[in-house]
Amino acid sequence: AAFAATTSLSFPVLAANDAQDIINAFTGGAEAGEGALTLDAPEIAENGNTVPIEVTVDSPMSEDDYVEAVLIVADGNPNASVATFHFTPMSGEALASTRIRLAKTQDVIAVAKMSNGTFAMDRKTVKVTIGGCGG
Amino acid sequence: GKFAAFAATQSMTQDQLLDFEDFGNVTLVHITDIHAQVKPIYFREPSINLGVGEAAGKPPHVTGADFLRLYNIEPGSPEAYALTSEDFTALAGTYGRMGGLDRVATVVKAIRAARGDNMLLLDGGDTWQGSYVSHHTNGGDMVELMNLLRPDAMTAHWEFTYGEDRVREIVDELPFAFLGSNIFDAEWDEPAYEHTKMFERGGVKVAVIGQAFPYLPIANPGWMFPSLSFGIREEVLQENVDAARAEGAELVVLLSHNGFDVDRKLAGRISGVDVILTGHTHDALPEPVVVGDTLLIASGSNGKFVSRLDLDVRDGGLKGYQYRLIPIFSDVISPDAEMTAAIDATREPHKAELERVLGTTESLLYRRGNFNGTFDDLICQALLQEREADIALSPGFRWGTSLLPGQDITVEDVFNATGMTYPNAYRSEMSGKLLKDILEDVADNLFNTDPYYQQGGDMVRVGGMGYRIDTYKPIGSRISEMTLLKTGEAIDPAKNYVVAGWASVNEETEGPAIWDVVESYITRVGTVSLEENQSVKIVQS
Amino acid sequence: MANVKPRVKVPKSANAGEVITIKTLISHPMESGQRRDKEGNLIPRQIINSFKCEFNGTPVFSCDIEPAVSSNPYFEFKARVPESGEFKFTWVDDDGSVYEETKKIEVK
Ligand SMILES: [Mn+2]
Ligand SMILES: [Mn+2]
Repeated sequence: AAFAATTSLSFPVLAANDAQDIINAFTGGAEAGEGALTLDAPEIAENGNTVPIEVTVDSPMSEDDYVEAVLIVADGNPNASVATFHFTPMSGEALASTRIRLAKTQDVIAVAKMSNGTFAMDRKTVKVTIGGCGG
Repeated sequence: GKFAAFAATQSMTQDQLLDFEDFGNVTLVHITDIHAQVKPIYFREPSINLGVGEAAGKPPHVTGADFLRLYNIEPGSPEAYALTSEDFTALAGTYGRMGGLDRVATVVKAIRAARGDNMLLLDGGDTWQGSYVSHHTNGGDMVELMNLLRPDAMTAHWEFTYGEDRVREIVDELPFAFLGSNIFDAEWDEPAYEHTKMFERGGVKVAVIGQAFPYLPIANPGWMFPSLSFGIREEVLQENVDAARAEGAELVVLLSHNGFDVDRKLAGRISGVDVILTGHTHDALPEPVVVGDTLLIASGSNGKFVSRLDLDVRDGGLKGYQYRLIPIFSDVISPDAEMTAAIDATREPHKAELERVLGTTESLLYRRGNFNGTFDDLICQALLQEREADIALSPGFRWGTSLLPGQDITVEDVFNATGMTYPNAYRSEMSGKLLKDILEDVADNLFNTDPYYQQGGDMVRVGGMGYRIDTYKPIGSRISEMTLLKTGEAIDPAKNYVVAGWASVNEETEGPAIWDVVESYITRVGTVSLEENQSVKIVQS
Repeated sequence: MANVKPRVKVPKSANAGEVITIKTLISHPMESGQRRDKEGNLIPRQIINSFKCEFNGTPVFSCDIEPAVSSNPYFEFKARVPESGEFKFTWVDDDGSVYEETKKIEVK
């Protein structure tokens, strides 16, 4: 929408959506560690209507030690919920990607639930910009 | 100027400019961001190019007298003229024009003659766009002329503004590699172009990996290449580097259009790349910037420079280098006859229009600089007056050549500053809030402390409005004191203003082509004269 | 819903125990329920709300989907291939429609 008034743009505000409530419901309030889960997303979205995200969890994905689920929320959308991936030992690797809608610049947050009841978290800021200049 | 007598072009010779003691076993010749400039031109380097975060105060964010001191360059010397904006008009009178693809051809042929099979010629992209003839041939003239130079590989940015079908059509016929490790098909997320080309030069296995401009669908109209996705894709790049090493590459070269600060960050985060040939941000640096084991080369723009990097590669690794950023002084380097003839042939059908004089300029017209340039001031004046607007917006492109005081302004000159495929000059109402949001958004593309969030253009140029910018603040709080110049009133977030601009990335943008708007303004005023632009107050706190 | 077309990329063969990559796309507007029409009325939500992949009847991967997932939902994930067999993919629409696709894979 570079410099033409067809879209309006808004920047992150302090008022959060229900992201934290959704995460709390997913973890039951348990602490989520960092490191085991990696969330990949572009620094700047090419198109806020279709932003690729990918989660990878470090896990053997064996019958007794695997990733059960990964919750994805976006903390600046009108509704924070995005998706929940469910894995099984048959997944082989805990990796999944999809494409999501981001209304503005915000953080995407991923939380993984392991079969042993522990949790891991990662987040990434994705800039949704009006763009339009270049070298 | 006071230094004019110090070293005029007569005392420079082609042999001096090309003087280079052959070193090592592989020679990389790099040229980038030609923007379809095939004739000698004037090109003033920026006087303001601010760095933020870790890049603050580091090259390429050093300009003017500071640049001369940093690189120990004599003021008034040919190098000072080529590399900075200091005393530009006077030195341009002394040293003349720079560039010209026929002069570039002479240099390339001389290096090829000296180095033979040890040489690779690599084009960093932004090659096919930026002139009247390239616009009217959809880049065809540049493809034909560059083929005569016999490059070994290229990558791309503005090329895609001819549309993905046109790029595919050209690439299918290209006699050399078109590389983009980060160009993916948007639907299945699979590589859409070749990422790496392996060469054998001087007995060394050389891998050249291409990296196209990561933010093409953001900085340029994504609807022109809807099936493609770009991005930095650091992990993909690391995989491709590792694969090249596994295949036996002893030298890995990244032919990049990321922009300098992105490449500097990238160099610190991936391993196994020996040389990054940078592009997009149009920086010209007389020495490599070294990050860890990686050399970063910045070869300027508009055909002003050719980089020669001689490398000593032995026992599977880079052991040493010699580098020279060769300035293409058009009056010193003799044109290559074959290339001159080919250039003239591409221009012949358009000759009358290229040479048509619209008016003259009393002021130096240039574009580069973070906040404004006089050529953009001219464009903004044209937009304000011809489109009867309160405020004008002109994109912060880094291409566009310079004109000296007293020169005629021709159609060719106007196209050198405006020639592109989405030229419609819109006229619409925008609220004060939207104007602020636009300035904040573009400022963050330039001054985000994380280079991966930068897109590598300059600040949007503004006519009819002044503002204050604090480059060190975060997004949302950099811009203040927005003022409507014609009344001196503060911009009201709730009020609507008539805004004229061009180069919108929206598909449905309507309005006359910007070159017609500029032409009608110049022909009306006859002589262009611009006051120093003081409408942007710059703070770094 | 009419005109909903699933597409799936699965390798034709794999080694026993190999972990392969699967990619899926389904054409669907994913009407979020938050958009308004020209008269200002909310356009009712209609999305694909779940996706699952099974191999020879055993769950491999699934996803609960909210309106924030883009139109033409895309999923990429991994699967372990213990034996020759068939992958079955199922998408469920808010309107109750179920879209299915199957792909066979041969263990070398
Ligand atoms: Mn460029
Ligand atoms: Mn560029």
